[in-house]
Amino acid sequence: MTSPMPQPTDRSSNALGTPARIASALQREVQISTIGARAFLLEAPGDFDLPAQRRIWALAHALRHWDNLSEIVPGMTNLLAILKTTPEDPDAVIARLRDAWQRAESIDIKGKTIEIGVHYGGEHAIDLAALCDRSGLTDREAVRIHHEGTYTVFALGSAPGFGYLHGLDPRIHMPRKTVPSLKMAKGCVTIGGMQTGVAMLTGPNGWNSIGFADLQMFDPTAAVPAIMAPGDTVRFLPERIEL
Amino acid sequence: MIEIVDTGPLNTIQDLGRPGYRDIGVTASGAMDPLALKIANLLVGNDQGAAAIEVQTFPFRLRLRETTVFAVTGGANAKIDGVVLPPWWTQTCDAGQVLELLPSPLAARAYVAFAGGVDVPIVMGSRSTSLRGAFGGIEGRALQKGDTLLLGEPIATVLPADGLGVVPPASALAEFFPVAADNTLLIRALPAGEHDLFGADGERFWSQSWKISSQSDRTGYRLSGEPVRPTAPVEMRSYGIVPGVVQVPPGGEPIVQMSDANTAGGYPKIAGVLDADLWRLGQARIGSRLRFVRSSHAEARTLDKVIAAYVEDVRNTAQMVGRALETMAGPKPAVRKGKNQ
Repeated sequence: MTSPMPQPTDRSSNALGTPARIASALQREVQISTIGARAFLLEAPGDFDLPAQRRIWALAHALRHWDNLSEIVPGMTNLLAILKTTPEDPDAVIARLRDAWQRAESIDIKGKTIEIGVHYGGEHAIDLAALCDRSGLTDREAVRIHHEGTYTVFALGSAPGFGYLHGLDPRIHMPRKTVPSLKMAKGCVTIGGMQTGVAMLTGPNGWNSIGFADLQMFDPTAAVPAIMAPGDTVRFLPERIEL
Repeated sequence: MIEIVDTGPLNTIQDLGRPGYRDIGVTASGAMDPLALKIANLLVGNDQGAAAIEVQTFPFRLRLRETTVFAVTGGANAKIDGVVLPPWWTQTCDAGQVLELLPSPLAARAYVAFAGGVDVPIVMGSRSTSLRGAFGGIEGRALQKGDTLLLGEPIATVLPADGLGVVPPASALAEFFPVAADNTLLIRALPAGEHDLFGADGERFWSQSWKISSQSDRTGYRLSGEPVRPTAPVEMRSYGIVPGVVQVPPGGEPIVQMSDANTAGGYPKIAGVLDADLWRLGQARIGSRLRFVRSSHAEARTLDKVIAAYVEDVRNTAQMVGRALETMAGPKPAVRKGKNQ
């Protein structure tokens, strides 16, 4: 199905070019807002970094004991708590969330390490040339920097099993495209702002593709459908470099 | 067993969806009008969350391969072998009869439930079709002409010979779910996180009416109208979203995410529709107009209760009618089991 809806997730993940917003975020307190009557979004103050995400993981862990919670959806240094029923006193929910955030101590999830073989360059690397233009790096350097990195799965979202990977070297940060590719293939290894990831579905995608990984990352019939989980470490292995 | 004789694109099997997997990127899916789905199921004696067919493109025709108790709710003009059925109706039909659904000017989507429910494999806790994920329903795809669907084992259902109907919620609950004099749908919502960054445009978001554009589907509705924009560009970190969130992309025309919404989003969000009004949004037709009305948690709780009471009322009535008919039929009730009889 070709959806007329854009992919706002992709857009948001481009944290480049927004220093003003990030700077102001450093000064503010934790923010809690609502989406409808039943969902509450907590946004961590400060940088978009691993310490903030570790505290979000701690918060998610603590909230598991709440009884009126239907779902906990950790995002990028934020967390959406969806209640089972509309609360009588939303301010009390906000106060309780704020309190849980204050108490949440950073946790370091001892995740597994996932090694993903990548065919860098080639027919799927449709944005590698643009990355080189932007960064001033040669294609060989850009690819080397990417596969030498060690990445952390911050959160899953957007598509089934898609992991947002943190830890991309700033030299190969690259803003999301203003005009998304309409039919980027599942398996494309992509860069979106300061993040990287592997496309889970074939479809419109605003991230920049530099290679391809042939790996089944999601199986809806498996006991654990998604291979990646928050806190996992991901390494990309250059199986083939075609430049 | 039933056979799909004729169908437009994008008609799917849906139940109440698969919540609980947003944290691995899996959208909940489920009926766009969960209230109509529940009522259709209760009318045929099912659990309210059994799987049914959601029809949003017409004409749609199916043939019953055996005697079957079915119900049609939501928006459609339904006929059995050419005979018009009343709206929101259940009855028993015989093998070979054809149920035809034509569009309704009043509502966008119809639900066809069968005693026993549509029996397709449960994937991650639900039978709902996820078109984007390509799983659930029939092989993760929309229904096609020639498909045959198995039904589950029905709970014994006794129906009046001519069938049984309910007053649709849009009429029964009209005082709680208002429509403006010019037919503009009034949709209750709460301001969301970035609302105040829109300044004066934030107020205009509520005061002006919006048209549901043709770029609207189960994923979400794009609204047309005078654009609203934040006073300064806003960049967000990806955050979890739920159906009903109203986001504003750079163009300034809002998007309301619906049942097949992405699990995460990044556009600034101006409002969030109350769950209690999502069923009405799910029935809003392309080209129709709506206005957002600023609401409160207190009002949301009232509306939740009103809907729950309506559902309970239908459940009790359906059971009561069934019991009364069993009693009238005497010690050997003419129970129609829907299947193999």
